[in-house]
Amino acid sequence: MSELGVAEKSAVKREVVSKEPLFSAKNKRLLTDPLDDDNPITVQVLGICSALAITVQVQQAVVMSLSVVFVMLFGNIIISVFRNAIPSRIRIIVMLVVVASLVILVDEVLKAFLPDISERLSVFVGLIITNCIIMGRFEAFAMGNKVFPSALDGIGNAIGYAWILVAVAVVREIFGSGAISFPGVGQIKFIPAEFFDFGYYNNNLMILPPMALIVVGIIIWIQRARNTKLIEEN
Amino acid sequence: MEAVNIFVKSIFIDNMIFAYFLGMCSYLAVSKTVKTAVGLGFAVIFVLGITVPINFLLENFVLKEGALAWAHPSMASIDLSFLSFIMFIAVIASMVQLVEMIVEKFAPALYGALGIFLPLIAVNCAILGGSLFMQERQYTTIADATVFGLGSGVGWLLAIVGIAAIREKIRYSNVPAPLRGLGITFIITGLMGIAFMAFMGIEL
Repeated sequence: MSELGVAEKSAVKREVVSKEPLFSAKNKRLLTDPLDDDNPITVQVLGICSALAITVQVQQAVVMSLSVVFVMLFGNIIISVFRNAIPSRIRIIVMLVVVASLVILVDEVLKAFLPDISERLSVFVGLIITNCIIMGRFEAFAMGNKVFPSALDGIGNAIGYAWILVAVAVVREIFGSGAISFPGVGQIKFIPAEFFDFGYYNNNLMILPPMALIVVGIIIWIQRARNTKLIEEN
Repeated sequence: MEAVNIFVKSIFIDNMIFAYFLGMCSYLAVSKTVKTAVGLGFAVIFVLGITVPINFLLENFVLKEGALAWAHPSMASIDLSFLSFIMFIAVIASMVQLVEMIVEKFAPALYGALGIFLPLIAVNCAILGGSLFMQERQYTTIADATVFGLGSGVGWLLAIVGIAAIREKIRYSNVPAPLRGLGITFIITGLMGIAFMAFMGIEL
């Protein structure tokens, strides 16, 4: 599986020695690597499917990120606990069942407590199931590592995914609508009203789906210009 | 006539890649050459064309509220729709396995062409997305659902073959170093998406 193969290459595959402090340097790396050097979206190219369509508004992106953090953390823990009991031939189906059950939980909670956001996320909550980050991390990390490092890896990767999502959403909402709306607080305006008097218009292109791709492309550009060891061959 | 509309709409207007970003992971990973892109594209059409109608039947005769009424009148109030994710993904994973075995047995040549792509497809978001959109848009007949599945597959094929052809050519150009590979692919996909937006206003 090529998506999973990519993850496998970049994953740090080693059993963590049991006698070490809870937050050793190695364990800290598991948390911090996915934020930049090994980011799931911009470096491992995983989980783009559901990431882009829901970045029109910051609140949607935040809800989606929290759902992924939850599914990723508990999924990694569950797979890691059962890693020696899962026969490798049927592991994909086992993983899908674990993710699907966690996603059903998330979906029911969203429907009950945040019905209008759940409506706007439409099918994308369900698509967390086939989110390649989750399958990729199960395959590359949780199947071969102890529970605690797997939990850290899950949180690290989910947060690496979340910050890109929120960054894209912030750019798109500020330039697309001129203000960011938070539930309970209302709209916070970022573009002053005087600008509009001078003939400034909101860029409606930002609200359309293709701009999400271009914004991510630009984030990749900035990241790789700073971090030159990530540059690919043509 | 309705079916033709759904077909055209799902290829151009509701294109899986450009309008919903579904199946982006394999789209980015397998689009380096046109040949493999065509292989994966046809595998996606094939699997979408099979799983969407099956999930349509499942939705309408088992999962939907009141769908079980055909079994016994007392079951008319049962609503199993919260199970749809797990049922759909189970159908997809098992259909992909089954299709792989059947193709391997009866059409070895086709298996040679599609074989390596089939397992990849079980976790392709476009396939599950097809079933979930079918559920959300509530198509009324199985013919409509099948046509929608096939059309989405064709749209996906168009997108991946297009990007693969562009990526083959772009090897000869001088792209700024930090944008090479992934970055430029994202931006090109965005531009292709903007081009596809031209179809958006069309009412069918």
